[in-house]
Amino acid sequence: MSNEGVIYRISGPVVTATGMNAAMYDVVRVGHEGLMGEVIELHGEKAVIQVYEDTSGIRPGEPVLNTEETLSVSLGPGLLTQIYDGIQRPLATLEEVMGVFITRGVDADAFDLEKKWTFEPQASKGDEVTGGNVIGHVQETETIVHKIMVPPGKSGTIKDIKSGDFNVTETVCTLEDGTELQMMQKWPVRTPRPFTQKYAPDTPLVTGMRILDFLFPLAKGGAAGIPGPFGSGKTVTQQSLAKYSDAQLVVYIGCGERGNEMTEVLDEFPHLIDPNTGKPLMNRTVMIANTSNMPVAAREASVYTGITIAEYFRDMGYDVALMADSTSRWAEAMREISSRLEEMPGEEGYPAYLSSRIAEFYERAGRVETLSGEDGSVTVIGAVSPPGGDISEPVSQGTLRIVKVFWGLDAGLARQRHFPAINWLNSYSLYPQSLDQWFRDNIAQDFPEIRTQISGLLQTESELQEIVQLVGSDALPVDQQLTLEVARMIREYFLQQNGFHDVDAYCDIHLQYQMAKAILTFQDAAKTAMASGAQLNDVVNVPARSDLIRGRFEKGYINDIEGMVKKMTNEIADTVETN
Amino acid sequence: MTGKEYRTITDVKGPLVFLNKTEPVAFGEIVTLRLANGDIKNGQVLDTSDDLVIVQVFEGTAKINRETGVTFMGDVFKLPVSTDLIGRILDGAGRPRDGGPEIVAEEKADIIGAAINPYSRQSPHDFIQTGISAIDCCTTLVRGQKLPIFSASGLPHNDIALQIARQAKLQDSDEEFIVVFCAMGITAEEYNFFRSDLERTGALENAVLFVNLADDPAVERIITPRLALTAAEYLAFEKDYHVLVIYTDMTNYCDALRQIGAAREEVPGRRGYPGYMYTDLAMLYERAGIVKGKKGSITQFPILTMPGDDITHPIPDLSGYITEGQIVISRELHQQGIYPPINVLPSLSRLMGSCIGEKTTREDHKSVSDQMYAAYAQGRELRGLVAIVGEDALNERDKQLLDFSGIFEDKFLRQSRDEDRSINETLDLCWNLMANIDTKYLVRLDQKWIEKYHPENRA
Repeated sequence: MSNEGVIYRISGPVVTATGMNAAMYDVVRVGHEGLMGEVIELHGEKAVIQVYEDTSGIRPGEPVLNTEETLSVSLGPGLLTQIYDGIQRPLATLEEVMGVFITRGVDADAFDLEKKWTFEPQASKGDEVTGGNVIGHVQETETIVHKIMVPPGKSGTIKDIKSGDFNVTETVCTLEDGTELQMMQKWPVRTPRPFTQKYAPDTPLVTGMRILDFLFPLAKGGAAGIPGPFGSGKTVTQQSLAKYSDAQLVVYIGCGERGNEMTEVLDEFPHLIDPNTGKPLMNRTVMIANTSNMPVAAREASVYTGITIAEYFRDMGYDVALMADSTSRWAEAMREISSRLEEMPGEEGYPAYLSSRIAEFYERAGRVETLSGEDGSVTVIGAVSPPGGDISEPVSQGTLRIVKVFWGLDAGLARQRHFPAINWLNSYSLYPQSLDQWFRDNIAQDFPEIRTQISGLLQTESELQEIVQLVGSDALPVDQQLTLEVARMIREYFLQQNGFHDVDAYCDIHLQYQMAKAILTFQDAAKTAMASGAQLNDVVNVPARSDLIRGRFEKGYINDIEGMVKKMTNEIADTVETN
Repeated sequence: MTGKEYRTITDVKGPLVFLNKTEPVAFGEIVTLRLANGDIKNGQVLDTSDDLVIVQVFEGTAKINRETGVTFMGDVFKLPVSTDLIGRILDGAGRPRDGGPEIVAEEKADIIGAAINPYSRQSPHDFIQTGISAIDCCTTLVRGQKLPIFSASGLPHNDIALQIARQAKLQDSDEEFIVVFCAMGITAEEYNFFRSDLERTGALENAVLFVNLADDPAVERIITPRLALTAAEYLAFEKDYHVLVIYTDMTNYCDALRQIGAAREEVPGRRGYPGYMYTDLAMLYERAGIVKGKKGSITQFPILTMPGDDITHPIPDLSGYITEGQIVISRELHQQGIYPPINVLPSLSRLMGSCIGEKTTREDHKSVSDQMYAAYAQGRELRGLVAIVGEDALNERDKQLLDFSGIFEDKFLRQSRDEDRSINETLDLCWNLMANIDTKYLVRLDQKWIEKYHPENRA
């Protein structure tokens, strides 16, 4: 048997070849046009291949060439600011080669192999190095230093290390045993990159979104699922996270989503400024765009391509956030291929291995000690698009079993134009216990207690609302009417956030705490005043409260809020005297 | 191998023909089948291997037997395209239906259509004025968008689609749209309605019609929209036209897809529809848009009828995940005699934000649209409450909102089938109607717009 076979059968994206020596997950070139494919099943001497490009016009009898490599990504300087398709072909290069429509049979390097980067050695002759050790730095973008690492599995004593300008395929370091190291390395996408050990997460991923940071925080190295029906704002939430979260690097996977929306992201991101560094956001971003009409097998691969790139940057000691929008499309790609393979289906036609694949993917998140002893993390945030918004379906359930944070988007809230439309009653985060210490140390000693009070008020409101539905709010005692007012303030002033507003889109975590405190201060002041005979109506309508609420849209709010709260407290106290 | 005729059919099942002992046949290759009586049918290869080839026959498999001769044409399905298409009526497989001559091809285009590189797309941002207030104000249409109409049986979605086709224009521009109309499994009566309306308004001269009627072969429906979109792409990206593609009814298309899936004994997904329906629909819907460096554009208006008025049914559900919003037609409003019965609450245009505002429509558009929506939503909710506690239990604000919801439906939604309101007229109308609510309750309106546009301040 050789590494060349012939096509036996073609059924959509699934091609069967015979007479070829193949192993599972080998990458093959199919047909005269050399379409890229991957071996996904073996039957005797037949190899079943999923093809990443359209197979129309291909005939049985055409050749299949086994490259005997597994599906891998190229890793090295040049990754950042790139926009790739699902199998790491840069979309800009594809446009140059094929024009505006994506045709097939074109191979493109993941990044410029000729470009010279300035390599600054961080190790010297005679040093013992092993896989993961950093041997040099490249200032890849203004904000990110790309650390050149010894590929996992290689080790030895440095015989020679260079300094100066090199392209990614030139040797920059030679080991005693003759191993030559370049700045570019390859890694198979379906294999997690190795690390020394996983730690428990203890630092939050600060997103600037109040409902997320304050009520349902996500840890760096954690995993979150965002399920929601169409039109509930999944994509906007994912994009806000990509823009404002305090991860050092972001990998954004547009997996099987809308072309025009992807274009919006591609147009918008290069103009956005990272609030944490003041530099263009693209400097820290890698994007993968595989829209819904691009080949389904490449969609299946896109999430693996993305997470491997994320892990590579994690290994340099960075905190990386990965957004996958949407994992349901990835699952559907698995289903489609599985059905072409005539596999026995599990629930709703999905393959039986669906939940284990989902679990394996999310398990690649985590905060780790890297091979070189540094602390790095990959945080995964996956959008889920359940049919009809019903989260009892397999993809949502498979996701919820593994993630620790659930941000449930709600069509009802979206319809009321309450954004982000995250339902505060059914969402949850299992991280507060491990993060509370961080919040106490870095924000305020009573941060967790304030959070408990706020969520308690929201809970009480939902119970009261049931009564109001029946008898109207006027029938409630005044203290409960006040509770409703306070809860309304939480919803409208705190939870609602305008993702498109210059100031409001990103809310500093210290400010979040201040705002939450302001609400509780209002509640206390109102209670005191009303105990001395003030009217609820007067208390609620003090002008300083409107100023406080409106103030969140103004710059410098964090400096003014304290004064505003004081003024409000005084005015509320005055309502007693005017009575 | 073109020309070689095989008589090796082994099985015929539903729309599928199985044959063996062929020379290598390409995936997706076009096939002709010659029946004993000389009739010709067409098909396409769905699965090919050394041992067995599966052909999907577009015209149905009636009269096919083991004696039927099968010829492989050596190429995938292509549509002859040229500007001669404009003004023509073709059948669901692309043959003339109007008695005219064959289309003289300027080129032949593969009907599957390649995906547009997302990097090469241009974000849509040109406002299309449809003259229908509910759409222009609340779910604004953008050139290059795909915005389906979610309707149900017995509702006037066809009138709305035609009104849009008639009135759609760019503001301050005389540029006309070329309408590509794609009928899938609709009745002859509906078709005649569309056709006579297009004829009446003279729009037929600027239209291309692909027509597969209810009594035409169901399997043909699989290729009809692909032909229509191929024609649209040619006109938009080769000939610089702005194209509006209307297809009706997507539900019949999906049912045809299910029929083939069942015949192939595929594992069915939800409600028996194939698992790849999302990808399949995306391959159609995603052929909308604007491309860098090309003047033309494709805007899509798919119409689908929701079985049992159920928006969670797989067809509207999967469509909603791909399209950029939806316009939902309401039976309740229709029964109240309101035309167009558009329920703005579940309707949405995802691209609206990019095309409204000072430079394109009017500075107050967003504010007005948000306020109209919010006030109507609250008013509708109060109707439920009033049914329980009675109108007297409402406070002043709620009473005003309740009244407003009626005014909204009667004055804002309702318009005649040939009433073409400009965006300025629509927005002014909104202000006049909102004047029925105390200004202090209009919290979503910016103060500066109230000062400028509120009737009290303009008088």
